[in-house]
Amino acid sequence: MYAVFRKELADHFNSKRFTILFLLTFLAGIFAVYIATQNIRSEVTFGTECIFLKLFTTTGKSLPPFLFFISLFIPLIGIALGFDAINSERASGNLSRLLSQPIYRDSVINGKFLAGLSVLGIMVISVIAIVAGLGLYIIGVPPSSEEVMRLIVFVVISIVYGAFWMALSIVFSVFFNRASTSMLASIGLWIFFFFFMPMISGAIANARVPIDSNSSATLIANHYEVQGMISRISPRTLYEESTAVLLIPELGSLNPALMAISLTSAGRMLTPLPFSQSLLLTWPQAVGIIALAAICFAVAYLGFMRQEIRST
Amino acid sequence: MGQVVVETRNLTKTYKGFTAVDGLNLNIGEGEVFGFLGPNGAGKTTTILMLLGLTEPTSGTVSVCGYNPTRDPVQVKRIVGYLPERVGFYGDLTARQNLRYTTELNNLPRKEAEGKINSLLATVGLSKVADQNVAEFSQGMKQRLGIADILVKEPKLAFLDEPTSGIDPKGIGEILNVIVKMAKKNMTVIFCSHQLDQVQRICTRVGILAKGHLVAEGPIDRLGREAVGGEQYRIEVQVAQPAPALVELIKQTEGVINVTGSADSLLITCNRDLRPQISKTIVDSGSSLVGMKIEEYNLEEIYKKYYRRS
Repeated sequence: MYAVFRKELADHFNSKRFTILFLLTFLAGIFAVYIATQNIRSEVTFGTECIFLKLFTTTGKSLPPFLFFISLFIPLIGIALGFDAINSERASGNLSRLLSQPIYRDSVINGKFLAGLSVLGIMVISVIAIVAGLGLYIIGVPPSSEEVMRLIVFVVISIVYGAFWMALSIVFSVFFNRASTSMLASIGLWIFFFFFMPMISGAIANARVPIDSNSSATLIANHYEVQGMISRISPRTLYEESTAVLLIPELGSLNPALMAISLTSAGRMLTPLPFSQSLLLTWPQAVGIIALAAICFAVAYLGFMRQEIRST
Repeated sequence: MGQVVVETRNLTKTYKGFTAVDGLNLNIGEGEVFGFLGPNGAGKTTTILMLLGLTEPTSGTVSVCGYNPTRDPVQVKRIVGYLPERVGFYGDLTARQNLRYTTELNNLPRKEAEGKINSLLATVGLSKVADQNVAEFSQGMKQRLGIADILVKEPKLAFLDEPTSGIDPKGIGEILNVIVKMAKKNMTVIFCSHQLDQVQRICTRVGILAKGHLVAEGPIDRLGREAVGGEQYRIEVQVAQPAPALVELIKQTEGVINVTGSADSLLITCNRDLRPQISKTIVDSGSSLVGMKIEEYNLEEIYKKYYRRS
């Protein structure tokens, strides 16, 4: 399997795809942090704790924070690494030849997945590290150990989130013969989760718990609860919730109603949570993402192992 | 003929109501060049996939060099090479890098592998383009690289699925030469094709597959006699100054069934190869033997006959 892994890794690093993606993510990240450093002074009016983390979550006047860019780009990186994993081998006539060598069939898919995971990990870690370094240089405030730990867990969860998208696109590459179809399917799902899911969850919540300006507080809370529950079907929500809790220590609860309150400036007065408490809070979301990634990989694995390999 | 390299008994493969291979019984020995003939869709590729362990048979047994390909696929793949139809390589790697990848997958030590790669590239005539990207290769060059790819692991048995499809006549000749060289080194070659003239050129034995059934199998001349010759030997003879009773004398030779034709050009049908006896009879009778030929069967006739029959 290591021969497959090495070759796939070399292929990834030599491909133009990797270079483009890396540059894109890198530039987006630097840009976002730069904007954040300009605006961080106005944000830090109460409390001087966890300033470093604010680098990642502060917004400019009209621009979204670094967190938004990363949650946008990581699925794309995952998809780009996996969408033609198996069907490119089939299309180029390599799969029969590869499987006639004395290797176990699962070495192929395992090697490809591991290579993709390594590249994903390297990209995510390097982007976050460079951005953090740049931020550190500009604002001159070093992170505390708790902030560093939060950042590390953030990196890990980001990699797992990317791995989920990569596993999903590998599933499509196993079952679809053409790389373009699997790419479209993956991007279609991404668009669905990114744009349509919030609308759908809002619509369902409106249907079940309709509210207007005269509704009581409990009704409003119910409404947001339902909306939150439905939106948790989307892995993007899971990712955003878990990283929000990690990077915004003041966020004390994932109850959507309370979240909506606490994210306004009045809410920012709350005392920040210690690291272990934030971790506990984010644990269900993290497990959800890990489970999704594992299930996708299992589907891809089983599908590949049971397929019949024909060269024509 | 040494030991049996491929043995199948009653091998069957069905796909949702469609029988691709039905009760196949094969027996191929070491060093043979076995031609596997059949029209498209006859089940040749499916049989090869089952022999390699890439597909599971529905019923029947199969053994390759003593191993069961479904249970020990890795063992089988160590000693078997497969050249699929329209083989593909990694286009952005060079020929040498592609072969190197294969040697890594076969756990060959680096130095030894480099030497083998160089000599094989020379054998298949690709030394000059060894460091060019395969994306620039023609199909013929890719097929030759495919043969080098098989030989790099020195297999005992090689499956070549239509190795000459899409190649110009000169390229075909080169590839067939390489295959004959392989067989001379005691490698068994199973050569799938529907190019009858090529099969006729290099194969020692032939199996004809139609709609999943092995309708005929054996050396080409025997098959020809069974299919076209009515299991009889036909000998053509040209005679100068034929003696008057020549035809009668030949008819009386033991084993001769019939003699037809005019006085100086006779067609003799007999139940075995009687060329020595017939030539002696002719010379003894005082006639001059000008030419003698035993009928050879064109594989195309044999093929048509069996194909029509099925």
